[in-house]
Amino acid sequence: MKDEATMEVQNLVKHFEIKLGFFKTLITKQAPVVHAVDNISFKIAKGEIFGLVGESGCGKTTTGRALVRLIEPTEGKIFFQGIDLASLSIEREVRKLRRKMQIIFQDPYESLNPRMSIFDIIAEPLRIQKIVEKEEEVHESVAKAMEDLDLIPPEEFMYRFPHELSGGQRQRVAVARAFVLKPEFLVADEPVSMLDASIRSAVLKLLLGLQKRLQTAFLYITHDIAISRHICDRIAVMYLGKIVEKGSTDDVIQKPLHPYTEALIAAVPVPDPTARRIEVVIKGEVPSAINPPPGCRFHTRCPHATEICRKKEPPLLKIEKNRYVACHLHGSSKNTES
Amino acid sequence: MEPLLKVENLKMYYETIRGYVKAVDDISFEMNKKEALGLAGESGCGKTSVALTILRLLPSNAKIVDGSVTLADEDIVKMSEKEVREKIRWKRISMIFQGAMNALHPTYTIGDQIVEAIVKHEDVSKGEAMERAGELLELVGMKRSRVKRYPHELSGGMKQRAMTAMALSCNPDLVIADEPTTALDVIVQAQVLKVMKELKDRLDLSIILISHDLSMIAETCNKVAIMYAGKIVEYGDIVPIFKEPLHPYTEKLISAFPSILGPKTELSSIRGFPPDLLQPPPGCRFHPRCPHATEICQREEPLLEKTGNEERAVACHLYGR
Repeated sequence: MKDEATMEVQNLVKHFEIKLGFFKTLITKQAPVVHAVDNISFKIAKGEIFGLVGESGCGKTTTGRALVRLIEPTEGKIFFQGIDLASLSIEREVRKLRRKMQIIFQDPYESLNPRMSIFDIIAEPLRIQKIVEKEEEVHESVAKAMEDLDLIPPEEFMYRFPHELSGGQRQRVAVARAFVLKPEFLVADEPVSMLDASIRSAVLKLLLGLQKRLQTAFLYITHDIAISRHICDRIAVMYLGKIVEKGSTDDVIQKPLHPYTEALIAAVPVPDPTARRIEVVIKGEVPSAINPPPGCRFHTRCPHATEICRKKEPPLLKIEKNRYVACHLHGSSKNTES
Repeated sequence: MEPLLKVENLKMYYETIRGYVKAVDDISFEMNKKEALGLAGESGCGKTSVALTILRLLPSNAKIVDGSVTLADEDIVKMSEKEVREKIRWKRISMIFQGAMNALHPTYTIGDQIVEAIVKHEDVSKGEAMERAGELLELVGMKRSRVKRYPHELSGGMKQRAMTAMALSCNPDLVIADEPTTALDVIVQAQVLKVMKELKDRLDLSIILISHDLSMIAETCNKVAIMYAGKIVEYGDIVPIFKEPLHPYTEKLISAFPSILGPKTELSSIRGFPPDLLQPPPGCRFHPRCPHATEICQREEPLLEKTGNEERAVACHLYGR
């Protein structure tokens, strides 16, 4: 498990250039850039669930998309089972890898083609990858994938269209589509955030059951740190394109080191009217990623910010085994590593 | 003490080609002054429809079939549209709509929109109204100068605050907030909830908070009504309901929430899907999904009955038999 990481990300950077109007291009020297992801690194082992947690705009979705090569990174390397994704130039080679990596999108109302039947939606990856030849085999695989997700009996749902299904059922179809190829790596981008809490856990259970059975490596993207606690083995907390804290889920949640992680945990509402939670001390909102604050990017909202935080950017330091934090408050250890 | 709002046997159906959708089916509850009531349930259980019925903001295919909504000895259901508009909406009861992102008018400034609400309902000049709009923004923790901003210039959390300011513009007794924080990030969500709690205490407001998120209701409200398929299945003070839920649905709903504190428990889920309100199941509407359902649950509909404690009521055959 140690040596062969399913997915390895090294110094990933993604900047989006902003398109200016004609006249603005004449007077502006350099087009403004959105720093969506700024130099992040992590590894995901076989069968491991790695969580990326952060508020909207922190770059977690961009990272997820770069990992399955839906967007090209500006800089940095992504290795999938030791193969550099950027080295694949021909569409055919990329497609071959895509058989092993899949993504589940956030919104089941937008990620399913409304003009395709459920059968065709789940069968499409099989047909594109030409995994099964005969139509009967396609039928069999699709039915099996649907049964795995409790869409029972499959015949009842197969010939319906997405608009005839509820949100929870749609997301199950999206999961079935992702798992029909038995992927070795899967990006789950907030797969349950659009669903009601009562349905959420049912979909998650099915998803995790499949993950365990197939030993799929997972990148689980979420804004809800409480959910990540129940799902992920390790998590990385992102803020404005940077990883600010990384470690095993239990360690990070029980003993957060970065003030931002602390705030994220304090902001989670507790389903217990008698529990008094810690007051949220963080003020304001996430600054713009076009001109991220100098120094530590969190210093504008941090209750502990000092002089050095405004000037020098804290590196991601190893504090203990498997525990990293990027904060000047925890700068005693000096073994920089990612 | 005389309750502020009394809803009795309210029934509201939507007329469709396939029949009546029984979105609100025989609902009763009371609210006192300064109380915060949470209305909880899955999507499609009729919680937003209850709010729209109270304010009479219904589409043309909706019919209030039966029941009354009494606010200070007057029945809102029996009022004419003009009376509701002049006497009730915004002045006595206002609403913070779901998705503040889309509820604000994109081509008017925040100030203009608040001023419109004030001028329509009260006899004040535009200048005075604008002055008050500025004060309201300060009240919800925004800068006064934001009155000149258009909605697209503000972040989601700020829009949500602006909506809250607008709902307070005519000093209502009751504010209905429909999923006020759904589209917001957790930190911003906590900030917005904090503002709402502070306002409630400062302005002696009563609040109805509609949400599918029980943890949010646990933090904000002192009473809760759990809805399922157009009916209230459990009602009472917040602490006993969370500590000792009587209805199996309430129990399941509470345990479906991941907690950040305490021991890590397995998330539970409710099997099956919410019923079709065109043809709700006979007997107890929850029986197809209930783990404790017996023969009587399929036949006979349980009534919302008071338990030993005055303030607590539950609609389940399991209780008291």
